[in-house]
Amino acid sequence: MIRVNDKFDVEWKPGMTIRDILNELKFTFPMLVISVNGEIIPKEEWDTRQVQDGDDVKVLHMIAGGR
Amino acid sequence: MSVIPVEVLKKAHRKLAEYHYELRPVERGYANRTLYINLSDMTIEEKPVTEEMKRIFTGGRGFALWLLWNAVKDDTRWNDPENELIIANGPLCGILSYPGTGKSTVVTISPLTNLVIDSNVGGMVGPYLKGAGFDALEIQGKADRDVIIVIDGDTGTITIEEAPLEEPYAHLLGRALTEMYAKNEADKRNIAVVTAGHGAEFSRYGMLNFSWYDLRRKEVRFKQAARGGTGTVFRDKRIKAIVVRKSGFTAKSNNPAKPELIRKASQRINKEIVELDDKQNQMRKVGTPYLVGIMNDYDLLPVYNWQYGMHEDAHKISKIVWMGLFTQGVPDGCHYGCMLSCSHGVDHFHLRTGPFKGDVVLVDGPEYENAAGLGANLGIFDPNAVLELNFYCDTYGIDTISFGTSMAFAMECYQRGILNRERTGGLDLTWGNIDAVLETLHQLARGEGFGLIVGQGVRWMKQFFVETYGADPDFLNDIGMEVKGLEFSFYVTKESLAQQGGYAIANKGPQHDEAWLIFMDMVNNQIPTFEDKAEALHYFPMWRTWFSLHGLCKLPWNDIEPADNAFQPEPHKVPEHVENYCWLVEGMTGVPTTPDDLILSSERVYNFQRVFNLRRGSGRREHDYPPYRAVGPVTVEEYESRRERYDKQLKEEIGVDPEGLSTEEKMRILREHRMKRYDQLLDAVYERRGWTKDGIPTLETLRRLEIDFPDVVRVVKKALEETGR
Ligand code: SF4
Repeated sequence: MIRVNDKFDVEWKPGMTIRDILNELKFTFPMLVISVNGEIIPKEEWDTRQVQDGDDVKVLHMIAGGR
Repeated sequence: MSVIPVEVLKKAHRKLAEYHYELRPVERGYANRTLYINLSDMTIEEKPVTEEMKRIFTGGRGFALWLLWNAVKDDTRWNDPENELIIANGPLCGILSYPGTGKSTVVTISPLTNLVIDSNVGGMVGPYLKGAGFDALEIQGKADRDVIIVIDGDTGTITIEEAPLEEPYAHLLGRALTEMYAKNEADKRNIAVVTAGHGAEFSRYGMLNFSWYDLRRKEVRFKQAARGGTGTVFRDKRIKAIVVRKSGFTAKSNNPAKPELIRKASQRINKEIVELDDKQNQMRKVGTPYLVGIMNDYDLLPVYNWQYGMHEDAHKISKIVWMGLFTQGVPDGCHYGCMLSCSHGVDHFHLRTGPFKGDVVLVDGPEYENAAGLGANLGIFDPNAVLELNFYCDTYGIDTISFGTSMAFAMECYQRGILNRERTGGLDLTWGNIDAVLETLHQLARGEGFGLIVGQGVRWMKQFFVETYGADPDFLNDIGMEVKGLEFSFYVTKESLAQQGGYAIANKGPQHDEAWLIFMDMVNNQIPTFEDKAEALHYFPMWRTWFSLHGLCKLPWNDIEPADNAFQPEPHKVPEHVENYCWLVEGMTGVPTTPDDLILSSERVYNFQRVFNLRRGSGRREHDYPPYRAVGPVTVEEYESRRERYDKQLKEEIGVDPEGLSTEEKMRILREHRMKRYDQLLDAVYERRGWTKDGIPTLETLRRLEIDFPDVVRVVKKALEETGR
């Protein structure tokens, strides 16, 4: 299981990438900052970077305080 | 509709008053005087701006509130002659080289809330008003006939003219007056117009259109001071339009103290926009409607009066559709020079209904709010219908948000049998019935039929339906999306406690421009505790207030972000942009400025506005509660549509096993829990803001902010005594 933002659970599957997690959670907002176990992952790596079962993933949506 | 030639319109004008004033340069962002007009006796006066006013109220919304505070009595109603309509710019308004520096704020006592409304708006009126010599325009009294106010900042002349023939449709009036007061085509860029529209005469949520001249399209464009009935007050004063003229206004017209700092900030952000906008929100290609699909994906797009947060047809009104409809490749800044340039328009749109049926027009917009509120929330997923509604709301001078929310409320009442065809005068208000919604809007603008009822807003309709049709008041209070009398804008807040507070505590009523915390709270889970939420509900509303004190647009703050923003200590505040704003203030005024200084200036005005609400009989805890539809599921269908989510919350958050409980029972338990949490949120926010448990700023808070004027202290002491604290 992958816990995202200490809130959302995503079933882990072998070979799962960051992009798979985003798709699973329908996180489509364009301005995201993503870290895995505290390490910020550049956008270019989201399609290929694999996550391991139990990883702590944070997906921060960069918008606040007034649209 | 036949259009009366401009010469004929002009010939019918009669001068009712004229005033000449000395033209003076703007100094460090301030014109150092305001303009006062009384339409009852045709008085025109200048008032000095004092150093104290600048220090405490900064400008823009702050100046406007202070002027209004001194002009009205405690019990002045929106349509009393002493109510004022104030348009203020702000010390950074008119920089132009920095994106978003052309805004004005309109302030008045609102017909919807009976409180002060502030509404932020683009166009070139703000910069030209300052260039003409005024930090604010204050209009009191009522004319006995339709008038136009003309401020000629080139000659230093103000006239009030009787204007009997102009039809108050914004798109015609804007065009006619721009042509009337411009010397030639090239001069049209020096004219900016404020108008309402026919609908504003009959509705409590009439709005104001503020123009700029689109040089490329050779057309008058509009932005709207939309919220709270600004246009209703305008037409009640019998003002048809305000025309401001100023030639040769440039970035230098503000006479900044340190222009190099302003240049530095402008260069930095403009480079960032050019390099990054296309990879981020694509404001320059699509603007705010990029959000429709995103809100749908996150279950935040209101559907059927906020019953649901997504719809399978949302893609029909989402980004890609608008991108195709908007004319691309033209600079769409709502002030000259705005590099973010997000005020898009649809050219050559064919109208199929209403008084302009068959005309081909330019539609300004839609913004996200229009697509969501005139579309999804009414069950309409046809972009052409959204555009037609958008056009008519604008030209009628009707706030798209209040109309959309009022219409959604009426449609849900129809769904639930509170209304029927007999009661709507034959209109079938089934979700998605485009023709019925358009007909309601046209009726509203003619001041007749069921449209007139919808035009009075949700709060008024609730009472009317209870008194006339015996509707259940509790149910209507649950589904009527208003707080303090103002209609909600279009985000589903059921899963974000912080945003429920962001909407319901807001001074003017539930408008998203004070705080938008849904992602931070609901998705990022960054503000899990009450204290975290309270801190966010302190910082962001104060920060957001700051824009309206200075004549700025909020979008360039966080709809574009520096490439390395994510690596900054507090990325949600967009620290590099905050630094830009400090440079702008110092560059303009010469006074070194820190981020804390910016927040302090907002806190003063924000708390002053809260006290203004107290003075108007509101501004206490009891006025800060949202309708339950904004907090949780009101109906069984709503609960069932998200059963898995709610059942999980019962189990994990409340410790109740949902197994075997009826849906009604589960709803009751969930409601109790959520409202208890809302109360805890209020406690935390009030404490953080230096307010009592009743939401009243303490005397200590007033002293800290130096707004402890005798009149302010009188109001607060009375409120404290009444609440026994
Ligand atoms: S960012 Fe958009 S709304 Fe703001 S000033 Fe620029 S064009 Fe106008």
